[in-house]
Amino acid sequence: MPYFHSVTLDQNKCHGCTNCIKRCPTEAIRVRGGKAKIIKDRCIDCGECIRICPYHAKQAKTDSFDMLKKFKHTVAMPAPALYGQFKDVTDVNKILTALKQIGFDDVFEVARGAEIVAAATRKMIETGTLSKPIISSACPAVLRLIRVRFPDLIKNILPICSPMEAAAMEARREAILKTGLKSEDIGIFFISPCPAKVTSIKSPLLRDKSEVNGAISVADVYMKICNIVKTLNNPEQLAKAGLEGVSWARSGGECKSTHTIINIAVDGIGEVIKVLEEIENGNLDDIDFVELLACDGGCVGGPLTVENSYVCSNRIRNMISLDPETKPLENLNESCFLWKRTLEPAQTMQLADNFEEAMQKLERIDKIWGTMPKLDCGSCGAPSCKALAEDIVNGFATENDCIFKMRERVQNLAKELFDLESSPRGTDTEDSRPD
Amino acid sequence: MLKHYEISGTDFSAAGEASSNFKLILKQLGLPADIVRKVAISMYEAEINTVIHGGGGTCDAEISDKSIVISFNDNGPGIKDIDLAMKEGYSTATDTVRELGFGAGMGLPNMKKYADDLQIKTTPGKGTTVVLTINL
Ligand SMILES: Nc1ncnc2c1ncn2[C@@H]1O[C@H](COP(=O)(O)OP(=O)(O)OP(=O)(O)O)[C@@H](O)[C@H]1O
Ligand code: SF4
Ligand SMILES: [Mg+2]
Repeated sequence: MPYFHSVTLDQNKCHGCTNCIKRCPTEAIRVRGGKAKIIKDRCIDCGECIRICPYHAKQAKTDSFDMLKKFKHTVAMPAPALYGQFKDVTDVNKILTALKQIGFDDVFEVARGAEIVAAATRKMIETGTLSKPIISSACPAVLRLIRVRFPDLIKNILPICSPMEAAAMEARREAILKTGLKSEDIGIFFISPCPAKVTSIKSPLLRDKSEVNGAISVADVYMKICNIVKTLNNPEQLAKAGLEGVSWARSGGECKSTHTIINIAVDGIGEVIKVLEEIENGNLDDIDFVELLACDGGCVGGPLTVENSYVCSNRIRNMISLDPETKPLENLNESCFLWKRTLEPAQTMQLADNFEEAMQKLERIDKIWGTMPKLDCGSCGAPSCKALAEDIVNGFATENDCIFKMRERVQNLAKELFDLESSPRGTDTEDSRPD
Repeated sequence: MLKHYEISGTDFSAAGEASSNFKLILKQLGLPADIVRKVAISMYEAEINTVIHGGGGTCDAEISDKSIVISFNDNGPGIKDIDLAMKEGYSTATDTVRELGFGAGMGLPNMKKYADDLQIKTTPGKGTTVVLTINL
């Protein structure tokens, strides 16, 4: 299957600077021929490059509102992060009603999906069969990060689907019951704070096909409903999720809903990597649950949101319409919400298929790296001297890509030319050999 | 393949760098997850001991197609009673070290548990050598 990525590059806007290559947590970007290039197998769609690019050349591919026309009945599924985007709006019903006014036939809150996942998680923890520390599976960027950089930790991940998929399953079931339509006539649209979720819909890792049909960014929806939300007076009473589910938009929300005592909530890709290293070293074996979210502050800090994440986080905490009590979900069958596939490690770190070849490559990398200036300047288009050495051994670059090596060569060449020029025989242009 | 690391006895923020670097190599070699885990845990514990008890030293790691052998050397105070040191919960860590989250007395027992072989050579007053072997 061709691997879809939401994060893409606009060639025209890219200046070929080195901002993104340095920021990428999986070293998935190189600058080649003056333009950035994303290495698909390594990209985890975290959106760090979207944030850092000063020329806005990195974008997230999402669906447009036109896609709604393809279906007889459409359901909007807002991520709870959407709720915190609007100034002076404390009633979720206004936001949900506005979604119906711009063309969706119905709404289903992803926060309810979070409540389902929370309930399933609690049950699963009770069984005591999970390896500690249990790592949350809610953030798809983190799942892909573990797959690429920490494959040995896959066994610690909670094998329950994301709140988005859980919500979509329920939304579809509800819509079929309500309308009597066939499943293919129902369009489920996720309103996404991030490219990682978009990728998880278009290229799911844990199931054959996502229950979600389309993904529209929080920012695009914001532009459409901002004015409606502000002027709406008598909203429909559509909100069903409680504070527990909505809190999943913020770092710590999921942790709280697991009802574990020893837990940590970690947000921001850099911190997430540090904690994964610690889990690998066996330092956190006494912790029951580890929530990991790639964005600073959690999904409120998603790259496709509009509002400042701190402000958004605070607004969500203060939403008056939210019921702090979660209503237990009736007839919940947890087994429906388990992963449909196992998470396979990505083989992108591996230098070769067999051990011997990988070993030889590693030795060559070391040798080349030993001769490098170790400035990690990025001028070669790789994020570090080490990464360039790897690229050279893998055949994607040459030593001449290093400007310091190149300069050394030019200087040597110049010196050779000079020596040639000034040597007594070199200046003697006439052939003095006897005829 | 041989890897050599210098372990600083004063820079606590660098503690764990050798194991972190070596872990990456194992992944690049495509070694299975359980091997990476065994090395990660045992090597990290040994590295931390070299920093906090041994006052720094060196680490030499060798990978062959049969095994991974990692040895840590320091010129620190040495271990007076190895059997005692091997006991779960035994620690001579100072309060400062405990504040950094070490000193549960679980390092050596964990090395024993995760490495396939653990050899300790130590002379009080002279130093300690810890050799971890993980079979492939
Ligand atoms: N390299 C070393 N040099 C001197 N003493 C050591 C060395 N390694 C271990 N020891 C002694 O053995 C004891 C037990 O070591 P162990 O690693 O099991 O526990 P710890 O380091 O004290 O605590 P933890 O590893 O749980 O943080 C140490 O407290 C120390 O007295
Ligand atoms: S933290 Fe939330 S918004 Fe950010 S990548 Fe993960 S799921 Fe997406
Ligand atoms: Mg120790």
